[in-house]
Amino acid sequence: METVPRPGPGVPPKKGKLQAKRKKPRRYWEEETAPAAAGASPGPPRKKKKKNQEPRRQKQNSHNSEKSWVSKKPQFTKKSREQKKPREHKKPGPQRTLSGAQDPFPGPAPVPAEVARKFCRIDKSKELPHSLPKTRSKLEVAEALEEEISVKAARSELLLAEEAGFLEGEDGEDTAKIRQADIVEAVDIASAAKHFNLNLRQFGPYRLNYSRTGRHLAFGGRRGHVAALDWVTKKLMCEINVMEAVRDIRFLHSEVLLAVAQNRWLHIYDNQGIELHCIRRCDRVTRLEFLPFHFLLATASETGFLTYLDVSVGKIVAALNARGGRLNIMAKNPYNAVIHLGHSNGTVSLWSPSVQEPLAKILCHRGGIQAVAVDSTGTYMATSGLDHQLKVFDLRGTFRPLSARTLPQGAGHLAFSQRGLLAAGMGDVVNIWAGQGKASPPSLEQPYLTHRLAGPVHGLQFCPFEDVLGVGHSGGVSSILVPGAAEPNFDGLESNPYRSQKQRQEWEVKALLEKVPAELICLNPRALAEVDVISLEQQKKERVERLGYDPEAKVPFQPKPKRKGRSSSGSLVRRRKKVLEQEHRDKVRQSLEQQKQQKQKKQKAKPAGARPSALDRFVR
Amino acid sequence: MKAAEQSATRVAEGLLALSQQEELVDLPNHALSASEDEGDSDEERKHQKLLESIGSLDGKKRWKLAERSEACLKVSEFNVSSEGSGEKLLLLDLLEPSKTSSSLAAVKKQLSRVKSKKAVELPLNKEEVERIHREVAFNKTSQTLSKWDPIVVKNRQAEQLVFPLEKEQPDFAPIEHVLSGWKARTPLEQEVFNLLCKNKQPLTDPLLTPMEKASLKAMSLEEAKMRRAELQRARALQSYYEARARREKKIKSKKYHKIVKKGKVKKALKEFEQLQKVNPAAALEELEKIEKARMMERMSLKHQNSGKWAKSKAIMAKYDLEARQAMQEQLAKNKELTQKLQVVSESEEENGAEEGELVPDAVNEIQMCAAGPNPWMLRNCNSDANDEIQKDPEQPPEPVVQEFCEREEDETLGTEEEILLREFEERRSLRKRSELSQNAEPVGSQATKDSSTKEVLAELKALTQKLNQKNCQSQKPKVSSVRTTCQVQKQECALEEEEPLLLQRPERAQTLEDLEELGHEEYSETKEIPGLVLEGNQTERAPNNHTDTPKGKKKKEQMIDLQNLLSTKSPSVKSLAVPTSVEELEDEEEKHQKQIIKEAFAGDNVIRDFLKEKEEAVKASKPKDVDLTLPGWGEWGGIGLKPSAKKRRRFLIKAPEGPPRKDKNLPNVIISEKRNIHAAAHQVRVLPYPFTHHQQFERTVQTPIGSTWNTQRAFQKLTTPKVVTKPGHIIKPIKAEDVGYHSSSRSDLSVIQSNPKQSSRHRKKQLKKNSID
Repeated sequence: METVPRPGPGVPPKKGKLQAKRKKPRRYWEEETAPAAAGASPGPPRKKKKKNQEPRRQKQNSHNSEKSWVSKKPQFTKKSREQKKPREHKKPGPQRTLSGAQDPFPGPAPVPAEVARKFCRIDKSKELPHSLPKTRSKLEVAEALEEEISVKAARSELLLAEEAGFLEGEDGEDTAKIRQADIVEAVDIASAAKHFNLNLRQFGPYRLNYSRTGRHLAFGGRRGHVAALDWVTKKLMCEINVMEAVRDIRFLHSEVLLAVAQNRWLHIYDNQGIELHCIRRCDRVTRLEFLPFHFLLATASETGFLTYLDVSVGKIVAALNARGGRLNIMAKNPYNAVIHLGHSNGTVSLWSPSVQEPLAKILCHRGGIQAVAVDSTGTYMATSGLDHQLKVFDLRGTFRPLSARTLPQGAGHLAFSQRGLLAAGMGDVVNIWAGQGKASPPSLEQPYLTHRLAGPVHGLQFCPFEDVLGVGHSGGVSSILVPGAAEPNFDGLESNPYRSQKQRQEWEVKALLEKVPAELICLNPRALAEVDVISLEQQKKERVERLGYDPEAKVPFQPKPKRKGRSSSGSLVRRRKKVLEQEHRDKVRQSLEQQKQQKQKKQKAKPAGARPSALDRFVR
Repeated sequence: MKAAEQSATRVAEGLLALSQQEELVDLPNHALSASEDEGDSDEERKHQKLLESIGSLDGKKRWKLAERSEACLKVSEFNVSSEGSGEKLLLLDLLEPSKTSSSLAAVKKQLSRVKSKKAVELPLNKEEVERIHREVAFNKTSQTLSKWDPIVVKNRQAEQLVFPLEKEQPDFAPIEHVLSGWKARTPLEQEVFNLLCKNKQPLTDPLLTPMEKASLKAMSLEEAKMRRAELQRARALQSYYEARARREKKIKSKKYHKIVKKGKVKKALKEFEQLQKVNPAAALEELEKIEKARMMERMSLKHQNSGKWAKSKAIMAKYDLEARQAMQEQLAKNKELTQKLQVVSESEEENGAEEGELVPDAVNEIQMCAAGPNPWMLRNCNSDANDEIQKDPEQPPEPVVQEFCEREEDETLGTEEEILLREFEERRSLRKRSELSQNAEPVGSQATKDSSTKEVLAELKALTQKLNQKNCQSQKPKVSSVRTTCQVQKQECALEEEEPLLLQRPERAQTLEDLEELGHEEYSETKEIPGLVLEGNQTERAPNNHTDTPKGKKKKEQMIDLQNLLSTKSPSVKSLAVPTSVEELEDEEEKHQKQIIKEAFAGDNVIRDFLKEKEEAVKASKPKDVDLTLPGWGEWGGIGLKPSAKKRRRFLIKAPEGPPRKDKNLPNVIISEKRNIHAAAHQVRVLPYPFTHHQQFERTVQTPIGSTWNTQRAFQKLTTPKVVTKPGHIIKPIKAEDVGYHSSSRSDLSVIQSNPKQSSRHRKKQLKKNSID
């Protein structure tokens, strides 16, 4: 009797027996009359409930339900069902089970095509050269496999129970006016506990860093105060004074190891505050970044060197001279592990450890760069300069500013959240901008939230998997609630906030086994899945040289000698000429067609050029 | 003329040669006919030949057989010809005699028979025979092998091959499918079928019969479950009882049995007394029974030291004290049994009973109270029960259990609930009185409990309020103080930590169902409190940040400050009541800042520098031309002399134009064109076999196969090994039976050859049939 709708949580479970007796129980063989009622049940509760966002949520839900019930079944599910059919015995009516009950939803669950498309990686826009049947069959197999896998992945999205929510103003209310106190008051106790301030005025402005799981927080004050704590439970792991200026602090791959950039050298501490290493090859480090998949600690120094330290083997992988003077602005691109350095001449340079020169240099500001941040998808880069401008760049090949804004006071620190919110620290105020959705750039028109702190901001970071922004300032450290900042669903195998020690150890071994070599860092990581055409051609050339002929070259037409006096040299020449002319004609025809197409394209492009559209920025 | 002469000489020579030949040939003849006219015939023949040869000079007929015109002894075998009469010579003609004779007819017949039969052909030579054999053998083997073609193709295209080869597992079809396809075939089956039909049993559907359905409908699942549970319980109880009885029966201890007997007797006595009270008539009967027993005892010699055992004891009694005692006991028993019954005083008994009952009551009450209709009370009372037990430690725990059993029985009966409740009420009142007399705390009864909890809650409320007040008080002086010290902060922290503990308590009390409503009220109140507290903290923190701002305007000030930091462009900002003076101030500040910036960057032209850098980069990345001119070669060389332009042009090898730069259309970007050799080492540089273009291959490797990007199932599918071998198993070569072919059937083979696809389908069908059967 599990299908019988249960009473709500408010109703006390009183006299269950009597109730059951009175009510006419539903027999299990009786068919369900209203199967649609199950679908209309509300989804799981969200992370944070706010009174402001209630109407929107309902709307979303209704929309979702419409999608799942009204929409036509997508193509591929049909296909898959068809594929499965021949296995079953064909019967005219619906299959009956032993119990006599009928499946109200026969067949596999439908998967919306848009969701599945999200997981498709094969770029079908490119035209393939003509392929042989054998090759074609292979391609078809690959495509079918991809489709199947994408459907599987889309189906597993059902398991992502949590939804992200945003703060929404009641008809025209500016969300920036909502103070932290209001938010804290509105949210549940557990979430309200995530807002706190640490008043640490003694040891100067603080830099801070969250561990990858978002569970631990480390902060270091300029006057030597270093502390690490489990910020959710507020359990202190260690607190030391290194008796030296602390420039930056960063967790390594797990919360056990801490890298602290001190006045002279780079030091590594464990979670008990015991100094494990003092790395003297990295001296006068100003900024630290850790690349978790490559196990690389990137350090930018006052001497102008960008040094990559492999923390798994303790070797320095590369030391690159940026030739830009003192380096004190650094950000990592989480998508491709490229390091972005900001320079005083208004440029941002992108670095990889395997290339001695910058992969790209972008002129962003007229003045020097003050801060750089890259969003988690690697699509957008936010920069702020001494010219008091805040710009958001598109990193997908065009490197053009998508939006720019002049701030009354230049943003000294920038940070992107997992869902693409942009936080900027200007003096003692933090502004947060939000975009339309996850993949859209933050619109700099209206700030989403603002918050004033006890002192000028010195460090900013969004906490992973928690709607929290950590701010280090001269008055200590404070964590601010920013609804909708973080990814609501975490990958339990990759970065699990609730993992135990044993799980962490297991993960560590796995992560080390899956370590990505440092050489693979490049601007477009998908290019690694392509064939190395240059060396392929080189090899071909070498082979031709070695053999003395090109084995794959098309042999020129040689007419076959025919018997009975018809293979006179004259006729042979004639036949050869005929074939050659035919080929030539084909070529000419093709080129003419191409020209025609180009002309058409140009004609098409012309009217578009007359009136520029929003999509023009993607045209190279 | 010349040619004619030559031909003539040739002819002459030929004739000469011929004549010589003739002579040679004719030698034997010549020898034979040497005696007769030699000279005439010879000459004549020669002449004839000469004539012939001359006649055949025109080239048409070179050789003309001589015609025999007259009979002669000498017949040249070369001159025999069939041309004489102008018709062919037949064998029959030869046989035909001049005159007909019958004897030759048989021979003729034989001859015709021989003629009708064709002649046996010559056997072919060895090489040809062998070739033909080879061809035939090839065809045969290719035929037999071609049946494997579809299998080979299938195996080549298969995603996974498992060795050793196993026959395909039949699909596990649901039983419905199997049954729906089933038909009665054998006579036995048909008979059963008929029987089922007659009795209206379900045939194909293994569903319930109408009768069963009706019965199921009559009883709901829940009822059935309840009934079943009851039955189970009864069975269990019975089994317990049986086991106990068995165990007791097995006990050999005499002492135990004595005690049991005594107990029984006592029980009987008690019952008798009760009977006396309730039903005197029955009691009289009982009395009679007892009387009868006494009589029997008196009559019998059972306890009169006359038995075997008694006699043996009597012998021993002289020496053994124990034996003597035993005898004495027996006698005493006899006396006891034969004694006349005496009436017991009632008052004493009552007192005893009361005492016996009172003790367990104290505990019972709690349990019974728990046994009430509210299951939520159970836990609560249990927790209290500890206290109770501590209060009266003299109570044995056994009665509790007994009472439990009783209670359960009562529940099952269900009808006596009300009576029991009344009893409990009485007991409770009794106990209360006793407790009052003992000056103990009034805990236990529901009413008192309610009151007590209410009191507790009230206390808590008061406490929290007090605490809040304290907080406020402690915070106020803090605000007033200029600087907060660490100690004060710590105190605050401590307070904050304490608060939640205190605030949580009423929530815990909420678990009691009776207190639910009360708890709700309480909860709503307490819920408000933390918010207030937090707010207090917040407001307290804010002034800490800005000690100079006056306290009263705090909120308003903050808003203004925030908006100041935002740009003034947005309309929403203007709609706010922002003092104009502040705006002006901000504008001034902005202007001032702009000026500063302009001044700061007046000197360096960032853009020009960047363009310069880019130009350099472009230049550096361009492929360089190779100049092979040798100055001074073929003309004058030296300082200040340059090779001529023509020569330079001639020996300059122009580098091919590379692909366009990525940043050609991006003025603000320099993208490095350098190839990342280290990364290229990890890239694929050889195209695998069926691919002819790298784009084709790239398309097949674009989907990631790692578990990070895929679901577990997808990952497993993507990484299945091509070939799986079972360790420790012999991999035998494939057989026709493995694939489903029957090697004997020729028809199958032919079908396969004609249409492999159809055949495979056919095979599948066969497999399915097998599986169904």
